[in-house]
Amino acid sequence: MPVPLVAVTPSALDLPGLIQEVAGARAGDGAIASFVGLVRDHNQGRRVSFLDYEAYEPLAIRALGRILDEIRDAWPDTRVGVHHRTGRIEIGEASVIIAATSPHRANAFAACRYAIERVKQIVPIWKHEHFEGGDVWLEGATADPDDESARQSAYRIACA
Amino acid sequence: MRVTVRLFARLRDLAGAGELVRDVEGPATVQTVWKALVADMPALGEYERTMSVAVNADYARMSATVREGDEVAFLPPVSGG
Repeated sequence: MPVPLVAVTPSALDLPGLIQEVAGARAGDGAIASFVGLVRDHNQGRRVSFLDYEAYEPLAIRALGRILDEIRDAWPDTRVGVHHRTGRIEIGEASVIIAATSPHRANAFAACRYAIERVKQIVPIWKHEHFEGGDVWLEGATADPDDESARQSAYRIACA
Repeated sequence: MRVTVRLFARLRDLAGAGELVRDVEGPATVQTVWKALVADMPALGEYERTMSVAVNADYARMSATVREGDEVAFLPPVSGG
């Protein structure tokens, strides 16, 4: 089965599979950068037991597609894939994987970093943190894909 | 007219349901649907300044027009990654 460039799935994530899909179409490129986001065992002084991720799936897929469009505009020589997992994820397991290929390392790193920054800004996914003694919904950014200052901020971080 | 309301994360917990059906008078906007919802469940009101909204799984503004059968979603600040 072909691997899609964007996915929101309750299944365990497969970084080698995503890298193969992203890089397979780009034989001759000189760089692949990847990022794996893991469930951390602590957060804001709490001992985390596990995370339960919820997504508004059709909009999440659309937002991920928008991020890939933005990356194509900013770094046309890259090809990027992003998969996000949902449901209960244990400590140390991957919640998000990103792979970016480019002829040169600078754009591969930048595209990869930009992708995760934008995921945190505009993709409708939420962490329900279960910790020792309770649980809490984490809330970060108000999602607004048209917020140009947020997009610029992600771009600056990616190019730092 | 009838619309489907989708709520996520803590908004869903506060409402006690992730999917609701609401009858609102047309012509309606997302704002109309939100006001009807908060009238029923005042606890949701705290999200008015921080939430995002979507119509038929596409980001929208509070002023966006809502039609019969549309799916209107209210989204707390996101925390993916």
